[in-house]
Amino acid sequence: MERIPVLKLDQFLLVTIQVELHDQLALTLQDDLTTMVSRHSSRGVLIDISALDIVDSFIGRTLAHIAALSRILDAATVLVGMRPAVAITMVELGLTLPGVSTALNVERGMTLLREAVGNEHDDEDDAE
Amino acid sequence: MNTTTKTTRSESVLIRNQEDLQRVRALVRQWAQPPLSFSTVEQTKLVTAASELARNTLIYGLGGTFLIEDVTDALARRGLRLSFRDEGPGIPDIAKAMQDGYTTGGGMGLGLSGAKRLVSEFSIDSAPGKGTLVCITQWTRRL
Amino acid sequence: MNKNATDVANVIARHKADILKEWIQRQKESASSLSGIMSSEDALEQSSQFLDLFSAALNEDPSAENDTVWGEVRTMLESVSRSRALQGFSPSETATFVFSLKQPLFQRLRQESKSADTLADAVWAMTTLLDSLGLYTAEVFLRSREQVILQQQQELLDLSTPVVELYRGVLALPLIGTLDSERTHSVMENLLEGIVHHEAAIAIIDITGVPTVDTLVAQHLIKTIAAARLMGAECIISGIRPQIAQTIVHLGVDLGDVTTKASLAEALKLALAKVGRGIAPLKTGTGLS
Repeated sequence: MERIPVLKLDQFLLVTIQVELHDQLALTLQDDLTTMVSRHSSRGVLIDISALDIVDSFIGRTLAHIAALSRILDAATVLVGMRPAVAITMVELGLTLPGVSTALNVERGMTLLREAVGNEHDDEDDAE
Repeated sequence: MNTTTKTTRSESVLIRNQEDLQRVRALVRQWAQPPLSFSTVEQTKLVTAASELARNTLIYGLGGTFLIEDVTDALARRGLRLSFRDEGPGIPDIAKAMQDGYTTGGGMGLGLSGAKRLVSEFSIDSAPGKGTLVCITQWTRRL
Repeated sequence: MNKNATDVANVIARHKADILKEWIQRQKESASSLSGIMSSEDALEQSSQFLDLFSAALNEDPSAENDTVWGEVRTMLESVSRSRALQGFSPSETATFVFSLKQPLFQRLRQESKSADTLADAVWAMTTLLDSLGLYTAEVFLRSREQVILQQQQELLDLSTPVVELYRGVLALPLIGTLDSERTHSVMENLLEGIVHHEAAIAIIDITGVPTVDTLVAQHLIKTIAAARLMGAECIISGIRPQIAQTIVHLGVDLGDVTTKASLAEALKLALAKVGRGIAPLKTGTGLS
């Protein structure tokens, strides 16, 4: 079956969507990510969508679901690299993805994730 | 408003399954390229609207046909007109179906209302038992 | 009918020089600006070319609907209308180019015709024909004017929305003048493209120069900010004057969690802080010593 590769990097999961995301593929990605977050106790998920030229309501909803599921499993989600035209179209469509963190590129996205996890570590240190 | 449009070429696709949705998107993407002078945003909006409506045709209309036309209006402005026709159960209350967030199929209810906001012109014709026809047109802004 | 048309074509051929002279005279009389803007050589050349094409087409098929025969005449009229539209002629002055051919032409027809019936037929046929061609020039004229206007609108839009980088990663979009929905679209696109181009984390939208903010403009601003957020950039609105603040509240527009600052300076201070920078006085001398 066709699926999008998910890379594991320490405590984070990395996904770069390079192909057209059709409905079934998006659902498979959602399942794969949820399974992997749970199996590896990942603390963050980074999804690079810079290659996507459209995000319609189905894909948008799937991305929001991924973020919500990860949050329940105690992982932060960052969406990076959305193109301007895609962003304008999503807003016009009524999809603003509240609750999903965003960043301009993979580098900034990783910084965001590290900050999110790092802050918690500080708290733990304080507690110990 | 634009009764005097002229169609220069057209192509149609049957919508029966998920792969056909991809075919519709690919076709719209391809037709929205130069010489038609759509901006990237207009192009993205049109492909997204097509994706929403094709999915509606597949899920709610139980399949149907998609038609794409290269049109010119009285001011020599070029555009693309997309039509989605199905012989499905039809929509009993169009006004309600056009509201944001209204859905009968478990979606986000942004398909029809969202698609309307993405294009220059939008029309819908539907009745219970008679199927549904949705037509959208995107005009190029630049000359 | 066809015979009639050929006769007219013959009359034009025989009296071409006279008709041309009178016709140009008429054009000059009815279009006062013609002499100033356009040289008489141009007028002569256009008129002569039109007469040739016109009589050639008449010999073929006298009904102006025939596209293959009259195509060349129409193309010629199109170029005349277009050039006149650009030179600033009025629509009626442009249409007069065709209409003023009537009088000299009908005069020659009267001289040459053998009976009142044939004359009446010929005059009627030519009137319908020239009327339709005259109206066609007016139509093309309006169309080319419309295109000029659209083009200028586009150019104006492109010019009026500069995106500037204030500091590495901090953009400013100073908005000046009224925002209509067309312009706001272009503002939105420019800003988002700028964010990608400069890899900016923060953009300041300064509306000091915007005279009024209505619900639509406010919504567009909110949409722009939402789109920027989806891309991973934050927006600050600055320069909201008291009246505009009142309007926004009065209209019931919810700016949500959009950050607002009174002045561009305040906004810049906040933006710099967000990228981990600040403004501080220089410690040592002024550099003059």
